[in-house]
Amino acid sequence: MMTLNFDSLRHDKRAAIAATVGIGLVLAVFPFIVGSALGNSWLRIVDFALLYIMLALGLNIVVGFAGLLDMGYIAFYAVGAYLYALLASPHFGLHLPVWIIIPCGAVLAGIAGALLGAPTLRLRGDYLAIVTLGFGEIVRIFMNNLNAPVNITNGPQGISSIDPIHLGGVTLAKPLSVLGITVPSLHAYYFLFLALALLIIFVTIRLEDSRIGRAWVAIREDEIAAKACGINTRNIKLLAFTMGASFGGVAGGLFAGFQGFVSPESFNLMESIMILCMVVLGGMGHIPGVILGGVMLTVLPEFFRHSAGPIQQALFGKILLDPEALRMLLFGLALVLVMLYRPAGLWPSTIRRREFSSGADKEGA
Amino acid sequence: MNTLRVSRMTLALSAALALFGCGQKEEPKAAAPAPAPAAAAPAAPAATAITVKIGHVAPLTGPQAHLGKDNENAARMAIDELNAKGLEIGGAKVTLELVPEDDQADPKQGTIVAQKLVDAKVNGVVGHLNSGTTIPASKIYFDAGIPQISGSATNPKYTQQGFATAFRVMANDVQQGKVLGEYAAKQLAGKSVAIIDDRTAYGQGLADEFEKGAKGAGAAVVTREFTNDKATDFAAILTKIKSTKADVIFYGGMDAQAGPMAKQMKSLGVKAAFLTGDGGCTPEFIKLAGDASEGQYCSLPGVPLDQMPGGKAFNDAFSAKYGQIQLYAPYVYDAVMVMVDAMKRAGSVEAAKYLPEIGKTDYQGVTAKIQFDEKGDLKGGAISLYQVKGGKWEYRETVGGGAPAAPVAAEAPKADGEKKS
Amino acid sequence: MDIFVQQIINGLVLGSIYALVALGYTMVYGIMGLINFAHGEVVMIGAMVALFFVKAFSGLPVVILLPLALAAAACVCMAIGFTIERIAYRPLRRAPKLAPLITAIGISIILQHLAMLIWGRNYHAFPPVIPSSAHEIFGATITSLQVFIVLIAAAMMAGLTLLIQRTRLGRAMRATSQNPAIAQLMGVNINQVISATFVIGSALAAVAGLMVTANYSIAHYYMGFMLGLKAFTAAVLGGIGNLAGAMLGGILLGIIESLGAGYIGDLTGGFLGSHYQDIFAFFVLIGVLIFRPSGLIGERVAERA
Repeated sequence: MMTLNFDSLRHDKRAAIAATVGIGLVLAVFPFIVGSALGNSWLRIVDFALLYIMLALGLNIVVGFAGLLDMGYIAFYAVGAYLYALLASPHFGLHLPVWIIIPCGAVLAGIAGALLGAPTLRLRGDYLAIVTLGFGEIVRIFMNNLNAPVNITNGPQGISSIDPIHLGGVTLAKPLSVLGITVPSLHAYYFLFLALALLIIFVTIRLEDSRIGRAWVAIREDEIAAKACGINTRNIKLLAFTMGASFGGVAGGLFAGFQGFVSPESFNLMESIMILCMVVLGGMGHIPGVILGGVMLTVLPEFFRHSAGPIQQALFGKILLDPEALRMLLFGLALVLVMLYRPAGLWPSTIRRREFSSGADKEGA
Repeated sequence: MNTLRVSRMTLALSAALALFGCGQKEEPKAAAPAPAPAAAAPAAPAATAITVKIGHVAPLTGPQAHLGKDNENAARMAIDELNAKGLEIGGAKVTLELVPEDDQADPKQGTIVAQKLVDAKVNGVVGHLNSGTTIPASKIYFDAGIPQISGSATNPKYTQQGFATAFRVMANDVQQGKVLGEYAAKQLAGKSVAIIDDRTAYGQGLADEFEKGAKGAGAAVVTREFTNDKATDFAAILTKIKSTKADVIFYGGMDAQAGPMAKQMKSLGVKAAFLTGDGGCTPEFIKLAGDASEGQYCSLPGVPLDQMPGGKAFNDAFSAKYGQIQLYAPYVYDAVMVMVDAMKRAGSVEAAKYLPEIGKTDYQGVTAKIQFDEKGDLKGGAISLYQVKGGKWEYRETVGGGAPAAPVAAEAPKADGEKKS
Repeated sequence: MDIFVQQIINGLVLGSIYALVALGYTMVYGIMGLINFAHGEVVMIGAMVALFFVKAFSGLPVVILLPLALAAAACVCMAIGFTIERIAYRPLRRAPKLAPLITAIGISIILQHLAMLIWGRNYHAFPPVIPSSAHEIFGATITSLQVFIVLIAAAMMAGLTLLIQRTRLGRAMRATSQNPAIAQLMGVNINQVISATFVIGSALAAVAGLMVTANYSIAHYYMGFMLGLKAFTAAVLGGIGNLAGAMLGGILLGIIESLGAGYIGDLTGGFLGSHYQDIFAFFVLIGVLIFRPSGLIGERVAERA
């Protein structure tokens, strides 16, 4: 597949600018194309895909850069979402603006990440996996049960009627009028999410290239050698958890404002696993790959939902197999096939691809 | 070089989009930007035949798939019946079409699916099944002006949001819980009551209302225990309850847990009456509990099927086509009928036109006489109680809900009436 | 006092079920370093096959019926385990460690929905062929089936230990888990050994499946997920890769959940109660892992790249 890598873009300034403008144009008109060609439901799916891209990039820091297998990442999403719900809904009667809540969400989630990281520093890969998984479940069950004796999270009923996101007095829940163009609500959310996603992508790219990023990679490849080189593995690992978690917190806050309703059901183990799949499937540690993974795993089940029924009708004239079961079946199959044929991910970094293919030649898989 | 690659990528992306677009030929153009009611009626009055799309959403995969499919079958049956009879609304021949969707009981998927239905310009939506998905989806339907009638979402919040498009044809948890609590305290002579709920929006809501009702009727709640909707082992909490020597155990949750729970009660030697809400009032409960189900109680909003005109016919027809009714099928059937009835009275299939008529519904369904109050809740809200006798649910009595104009008054227990749900 | 004994017995039975499933997890992990997410689904399939076999032949006397049902379930599970290993895990042996994890997740989803297509969405009740005879011990009740479950778990562990320690195959397994390359040099056929491990693990899953469905009288296509998760937690608690650890972890997990659900509510004045029973185990796990990072009786295995 394409091996677009940013290094060569960096050296060729004109190409870089042209690429940026090109991509920028595509992204700007994308929602309008999708909205009119495919309908609003696909645009909503695109909005969710942007949220998942943010989540996948956050998990990428933990799993992809630092090599720490985190299977409870959704907990940070939950923290961000519930914080938004608590601070901007009739539940406590608070209605703080989004530009206060989102950073608070990032900070709170970051603290949660550090809390998760602290006891797990000594743990090896798979033990870390189960502990992080447990952490995800702990957060979810607390959210589900903190409605007595003091009602904090409203338990399984969830918190509803959450304020939609306001930007400077303009609410995104109604269509906006910008420069004469009417921007419907879903499109407005798209641009907001896109802006934040681009910000997170930018931060991640800069992190990757920084001392911290290189320290993460060092820990991933060989922790003992990294320690021997003078890297403070404890702090660096904690930083990985914290930074990764904060991205989750931001995405969570946006999610709450977008959906208007949060309940513990949205933050279960399968979601954590899905995000992990996005990172690994896309290309662990490689930012474009992770973005691709995020998009694919959000779009694929929906694509199957839209097509499982009609395709069977077209091919066989009637429904042979349950479309819903078939949809999930095909999704599982897609996961297996991608991993079998592209074990390093759909779009791995060139280094990884080289690493892996030299290994594969010996094995003859 | 790299510019070329980027342009190739962009081209590939656009090509992929185009392919998607081709695949979605049947999807109509996007909804209008303004949140005006999506009253894109499929045909002008002059046309003689129009297709009316009714959306239906329920979890069709996941742990509650058996209930979701049951709902879908009922909706399908209602639509097939109406089509077979031949429907004329506003002078045009109408064919109904069901648009079924799966929300997996996940609120996020519920909103995606709701948006999909709005884009497909359905004329009305029956669903969803779970309160947790119905509530966020209801906002999307309200913004689009599409009426929504749920046959099973019992969380009071659904109608408290103030959406004119939200209705339900089943008594909500407030009504049901109160009746159950009083029944436990009075008819079951429960002085000490233990409550278990499954920590879902439905189970917890019902259990809370039950607690209020039981306490109000003089019973003492000795303990509240919890489980989850995927559990199978209840030995620990049942043992704890055994130590409190409660007379009545109430479970707020579904049949899939209630059945094994009753069974484990028996094998642990817990001597108490077992009572559940509508979630446990199914034939599955009896199957799963085996002979431990004998003598246990449950409640179901509405009145037994064979006491309602058309009820027995519905039951026979449904069982013949789709097998035993799981739980909410009769309510979903009524929901579809109510929607079409409102369309008939308004003389139009357009959402904006028939929406006001729904509020004025006075329809004799197979579950109850259906009238709505100003919030969209069912007026009257009669609750019936049943007990397992000889391996079947047997009707005990009906308790009319608090409303004065309760069309279904409390009837004398007809011991030979058999509830089939 | 009898309540306490009852809770212990509840925990023991529950724990034995976790132990049975955890043994399968730990065997595969010991050999391949792979968390076989699909294991819970194999248990579910074993349960389903056993249930439908018993339903179909419910006329036979129990002593013949159950072993036959077990054999049927074991055959199906072993075939599935073998197939999964061949198609999904073997090609990925040299891949980065996360790739087989994702594949396992994919297989788990596939198996779940295949089961839904084959056996439907409804919950299935186990036919009442097993006489429910309760015995009293110190004021607590336990049924014959439950006694059987505890014994079977212990027997399985003993049998597996014997297999690993005393047989050629066991020696080959131990060699493979220590260093596959050198084992190959020593003449061990790695592929066969790994396949054998999977097959044995799947047979264990079938036993666990039959026990679960007979004890709780219920089977459903979604039942494998939580069970697999809890069993995996148990395996890690005891020390993954270690048979005795799986057994210990399983029993311990069952007892913690039982006692936790029964007593934490009273101990904390209703703040933490049975609604948190699913996470007591995780708290204990985190506590244990802080002091013993390889589990209770886990071995310190060298870091794998």
